[in-house]
Amino acid sequence: MSTTVTTPTPAAVPAPTTPASRFSFAPLNVGRFVVWGLFTLVLAVAPLIFTSSLSITMLSQMGIAIVACLSFNMLLGQGGMLSFGHAVYTGLATFVAIHVLNAIGGGLPIPVSLVPLVGGVAGMLFAVVLGFVTTKKAGTPFAMITLGIGELVFAMSLMIPEFFGGEGGVQANRVVGKAVLGITFGPQIQVYYLLAIYTLICTAAMFAFTQTPLGRMLNAVRDNPERVEFIGYSTQRVRYIAFIIAGFFAGIAGGMYALNFEIATAEVVGAARSGPYLLFTFLGGATFFFGPIIGAILMVVAFVLLSEFTKAWLLYLGLIFLFMVMYAPGGIASLIMMNLRVAAYGKLRRLWGSYLALAGTVLVMLAGAAAMIEMVYHLQLNAALGPNLRFIGVPLNAEGLDSWVGAAFVTVVGLAMFEATRRVFARQWGEIQGEIEHEIRRKEAL
Amino acid sequence: MEFFTISMLNGLSYGLLLFMLSSGLTLIFSMMGVLNFAHASFYMLGAYIAYSIARLTGFWPALVVAPLVVGALGALFERTCLRRVHKFGHVPELLITFGLAYVILELVQLVWGRSSLEFQPPEVLRGPAFTLINSSVDGLRLVWGAAPAALCSAADATVRVVCSPFPATRGFMMLIALVMLLALWLMLTRTRIGLVIQSALTHPEMVESLGHNVPRVFMLVFGAGAALAGLAGVIGGSTFITEPAMALSVGSVIFVVVVVGGMGSLTGAFLASVLIGVIQTFAVALDYSVAGLISSLGVKVSAGAADHSLLKLTISQVAPILPYLFLVLILIFRPKGLLGTREG
Repeated sequence: MSTTVTTPTPAAVPAPTTPASRFSFAPLNVGRFVVWGLFTLVLAVAPLIFTSSLSITMLSQMGIAIVACLSFNMLLGQGGMLSFGHAVYTGLATFVAIHVLNAIGGGLPIPVSLVPLVGGVAGMLFAVVLGFVTTKKAGTPFAMITLGIGELVFAMSLMIPEFFGGEGGVQANRVVGKAVLGITFGPQIQVYYLLAIYTLICTAAMFAFTQTPLGRMLNAVRDNPERVEFIGYSTQRVRYIAFIIAGFFAGIAGGMYALNFEIATAEVVGAARSGPYLLFTFLGGATFFFGPIIGAILMVVAFVLLSEFTKAWLLYLGLIFLFMVMYAPGGIASLIMMNLRVAAYGKLRRLWGSYLALAGTVLVMLAGAAAMIEMVYHLQLNAALGPNLRFIGVPLNAEGLDSWVGAAFVTVVGLAMFEATRRVFARQWGEIQGEIEHEIRRKEAL
Repeated sequence: MEFFTISMLNGLSYGLLLFMLSSGLTLIFSMMGVLNFAHASFYMLGAYIAYSIARLTGFWPALVVAPLVVGALGALFERTCLRRVHKFGHVPELLITFGLAYVILELVQLVWGRSSLEFQPPEVLRGPAFTLINSSVDGLRLVWGAAPAALCSAADATVRVVCSPFPATRGFMMLIALVMLLALWLMLTRTRIGLVIQSALTHPEMVESLGHNVPRVFMLVFGAGAALAGLAGVIGGSTFITEPAMALSVGSVIFVVVVVGGMGSLTGAFLASVLIGVIQTFAVALDYSVAGLISSLGVKVSAGAADHSLLKLTISQVAPILPYLFLVLILIFRPKGLLGTREG
């Protein structure tokens, strides 16, 4: 940077009307470059490491989920707007994108790679219309209105089969139009890279948004709307604009969904889609920008892998969610950041033992509880297969007393050990936090 | 005429059921600021628990015990979970009830299975409460209980006779709801705890500094709201259907009721639930469409346009979205709700 650095003259003359010159000093943010470089690298390299078709499908879905959850967090985390109908914008955009894809097959001159962008514009237009009503309120009324609009759109989707395709949905084929540079988007890997590019650009754009004056205003509207009104801003308009931008990115996610799955059914606009956005954005951590990325990855893993692994996955998910809300309302991202702070002061070493003990006891407790839940599910769903089942390699008899007593015993023992280690850990954690606070105060005093 | 009467009564009974649910929701919401997402789940829980109790002891003990069990569970949830997140603010409070709704749904499916249950009302309530007989000769008549077959069929082919029965369960639903409304009103206006609740609705800090245990009042209100939802569940489950989707089917409608009626207004909630109940019941029964209206005005429409699904939509098909349309309209034209005194 070649700014001429002038040393400010000592304030001999009080209150100069105009500052002599403005200069700023912005050091190169190495950390930010490293993080974004790593993110790009991961997006580029992931399909080379996980080469099976299942993992590439999952990676594509993760890209879609990342954009959707980040756009959701623009409302929840940055604007304090709890939306229960975010799938309206992703879902309607999916339908528009599917119809556009079909029109491309019919001769519409738009390259297939721009279909997500079309979805984004559609999502934005829907947000312009519906958001006008929605953003009139904040807080709990906002949540209820989004819920109502979500139900409204879902109910309408079954009424207008021309647009929504009725029960069967609308199908499309993405291998249409002219192939650019030999890319037909037939193989999944080509679609993955397109989605990865969109994911990267959208993530960067949404991060950039948090740094703009509007993004900062949005945070202010979340934290203290009354004060914002006093300064002279209209909180309603700030919410509205943010809602439109979030709708745009949600629409891009919807368009990506259309390209990836080539089908849109009525459930993409329904509450069954909006709920997980909320659950996983919160699990990942709504207070940090990167939280929803963690949440989105977990969402795909839960939906694809966990649902294969156990029938009771929704129950586990709900219980995990309850515990997270109660004990770590900042989500996984806040847990990471808290431990980073401990590590930055070089005190993480003292916690390793406790962490290992906690993890061990939690595993014991979960194994016992999960064995009981799985036995009930087995009795409920697979009664025809007989009472015997295997749970992590252990044969269990769902109708036998010994299996139940054994599982209950493991659970209780795990619980007791967990409580004991938790107390030790809580004391250690408190001590370390106290030391860090002390350190910070000491530095400030210097 | 008999169509109107029966539909009106059906609508009223459905509206009163909605009120049983939304009264608890409004109380909890206006007092604690918590929008209880699990409220409809307590409704479902009431139906399922009553089903299990009714198989052991019969319907009438279940009608009393199941709401008490649900109320105790609600109070327990408030004490152990909700109170803990109270300090984090309203969004985590809302989220924890959202998570609870997921967990209750899964637990219900875990314990009682995924298909619907045969939860029959008791013998007394199975038949019709009364039957309206409309004959083109004798005019309208009312017969208590089921009408004898001889009255419903005319020997003469030129005489048209229509019998419209009104189910006893729906009458029972109205009776319970009205008794509950009266009890709630008496409790809120005539008892000491009612006065504390009323003042804690608007000024919890003041009430607390006067020496009342406001958290305990919160717990009682939450438990009572859950118990009312459970009571509605026993009646609703035996009248309509007991299945895992029953929470979802009323869940969003009662939110509409709370918003339309006005935040924190019990009278508003009553008005809104009856209004929505009646509108929805009438809409389901009406078979008019825009295309029909146009053709009855004498305008010829082309075959393609007449086949368009938007024009073909009948009012009965639009019925499910009417509450939400109502919600959006209220929010645009009267954001406080029908009888609300404050916004947000």
